[in-house]
Amino acid sequence: MPYRLHMMVCAGTGCVSNRSLELRDALSAELARRGLDKEIEIVTTGCNGFCGVGPILLVQPDGIFYQKVQVKDVPLLVEEHLVKGRPVKSLMFTPPEAKEPVPRMRDIPFFGKQMLVALRNRGMIDPEKIEDYIARGGYQALAKALTTMTPKQIIEEIKASGLRGRGGGGFPTGIKWETCVHAHSEDGVRYLVCNADEGDPGAFMDRSIIEGDPHSVIEGMVIGAYAIGAHQGYIYVRHEYPLALKRFMIALDQAREYGLLGKDILGTGFDFDIEVHRGAGAFVCGESTALMASIEGRVGEPRAKYIHTVEVGLYNKPTVLNNVETFANVPVIIERGAKWFASIGTEHSKGTKVFSLAGRVKNTGLVEVPMGLSLRELIFDIGGGIADNGKFKAVQTGGPSGGFLPEDLLDLPVDYEKLYEAGSMMGSGGVVVMDHTSCMVDVARFFVDFLQSESCGKCTPCREGIKAMHGILSRICDGKGSEADLATLEELCSVVADTSLCALGGSAPNPVLTSLRYFRSEYEAHLQGKCPAGVCRALITFRINDKCTGCHLCFKACPTSAVLGEPKQMHSIIQGKCIKCGACYDVCKFEAVTKE
Amino acid sequence: MAIKEVSEEKVREIARRWGGREGFLVEMLQDVQTEYRYIPEAAIRTLSKEVGVPVGQIYHLATFFKRFSLKPRGEHVVSVCTGTACHVKGAPRVLDACARELGIGVGETTRDGKFTLEEVRCLGCCGLAAVVTVNDDIHGHVTTSKVPRLLKRYKGTEKASHGEADDQ
Repeated sequence: MPYRLHMMVCAGTGCVSNRSLELRDALSAELARRGLDKEIEIVTTGCNGFCGVGPILLVQPDGIFYQKVQVKDVPLLVEEHLVKGRPVKSLMFTPPEAKEPVPRMRDIPFFGKQMLVALRNRGMIDPEKIEDYIARGGYQALAKALTTMTPKQIIEEIKASGLRGRGGGGFPTGIKWETCVHAHSEDGVRYLVCNADEGDPGAFMDRSIIEGDPHSVIEGMVIGAYAIGAHQGYIYVRHEYPLALKRFMIALDQAREYGLLGKDILGTGFDFDIEVHRGAGAFVCGESTALMASIEGRVGEPRAKYIHTVEVGLYNKPTVLNNVETFANVPVIIERGAKWFASIGTEHSKGTKVFSLAGRVKNTGLVEVPMGLSLRELIFDIGGGIADNGKFKAVQTGGPSGGFLPEDLLDLPVDYEKLYEAGSMMGSGGVVVMDHTSCMVDVARFFVDFLQSESCGKCTPCREGIKAMHGILSRICDGKGSEADLATLEELCSVVADTSLCALGGSAPNPVLTSLRYFRSEYEAHLQGKCPAGVCRALITFRINDKCTGCHLCFKACPTSAVLGEPKQMHSIIQGKCIKCGACYDVCKFEAVTKE
Repeated sequence: MAIKEVSEEKVREIARRWGGREGFLVEMLQDVQTEYRYIPEAAIRTLSKEVGVPVGQIYHLATFFKRFSLKPRGEHVVSVCTGTACHVKGAPRVLDACARELGIGVGETTRDGKFTLEEVRCLGCCGLAAVVTVNDDIHGHVTTSKVPRLLKRYKGTEKASHGEADDQ
């Protein structure tokens, strides 16, 4: 008998850390106890994207969306919704500025404006079951490609679709494949590599795709391999993503068992298999030549790319390297056609893009939208605006290689060229929103600090240049900067950008340059000894004002006993002892602790 | 927990698990790190023999990648995510709070070998920022004031249960 209802429990990393697996077990026990387990099925799904409100529970087929569901809510939920048919309002999501909770997922603004292509199976399938993927039409594109299309036709289709690399570079995928096919290989060996070394801080698209729908990546890889004539594929996954790794391994085994991977795929005589390599914590390994060196068992240092990896790549063979999201798009293009795909997006940026929306925005999570949507729609309509009534200051796109964009560029459409022109880039799709509590000099220093420690050290401009940039930025944050520092900083930026060996150094100045371009006044304030956002420790002082009720919380929180005061009397801070950790500021409920 | 003695046989088994292939050196080192909580010199020598590559190449790998440590790491590895989203939600202060609580600096291990404090560059759970992981447990929405209680759970002898309600 078919089930009358399906309870889709989100088991992405975010929800799991919010105990969604315990929730699933409690639900399962409750259903069994009430004899409902024969009519209601529980499905463990991948990431739904709305990570900020986890654990997420979706009741299908009605699409009722529950958020922050705890184990203790289970009896009520089962009794009310599943037995009596009355969805539980108290567990539904109320969008910011709405008065009533919204029952259906599709009516929630966060989901409503999205268009799912790469994430087409989001929250609909159990990522550990190949049957679920197949039931949603999975591997049909592979069958179509292998049995009715020639490799050349596939490449033409991908070219016509306008699909561009989703990992950051934005290189047209079809042209990459075509170049690889035309590249000379003595023994005809070609490799296909999937880059899942998603190292950009603030980006988690690839993690979500692998965790939620690993077969979409495998299917895309097999189609790509067939198109370029590769028989061996590799995927390079960060070790920081254990759940993604586990699910991908399960998916590989299932695909092999079903004859969709390995020898004689679908009986067509085509052989292709995928080998998994775990990264070990090096951002630079997301760079194609560094990644390939790492797969070969060498240190992940990039090489100069006078000869591209599509011609001489892994083990010196022509190699196609695409990222996770790019591969996840491929089956849909094959199935629905290039024309359909190309109808979405802008002139030069086709299709959709997955973004991870994070930082000081109300709705944090993963969203997929058509290219060309404005940053404003992304942040305010989907993201719900700034959290805690803060004021928007900047949005950072493209990770450490991208830049900051100010409020007056909010109407910029999200597309490869437009972002590049503004000094930032698409990158892999991280979008971090900042409000008045972020200091732009500090965040610029943060990125430079990141890049400094991640620079592999092979070429001098990147190794030494970024270090020098970091020194200057630190000096400015400490209030010891001078006007001349800004000029030196700009000069350094152009040298590092022009002369570095790979994209890590080449794009490293972007955060600094864009912050200088759009937020110069903040730099100038630091030169005057002020940090407007109250972040840079050397420039701020914590004080307690007369709003203090003497609740004593700050007294207890202070790690250095710098807070003086008896309970129920106004407290004060001994400046000499204060290490400016902000613990008092964080615990105060009365806005009595100020920083200036 | 005492530091395990390095067994040549065990390291050989790890090398064999990966077919002794040079391309899997990083994987072998991952397994060595998991087994011993660091990369012992003896293991590097054994891998060098088993795989047939110079000691220098393996040493290069072991020092290049962040995950590997040449010094024994603590029983519990506390990693404070310092990705962008966590940074704007106060990760630097959370990191300081952890350092104060454990009495060690970043990259150091407590004298009793119980805790190692590290920063990690983005765990990809930006929706939960600020994030701290202890071993494999992910704790979201961490603030400075939550740190002492969070770490206390791991100070006992038995393994703390995963993810108690952090998100209040």
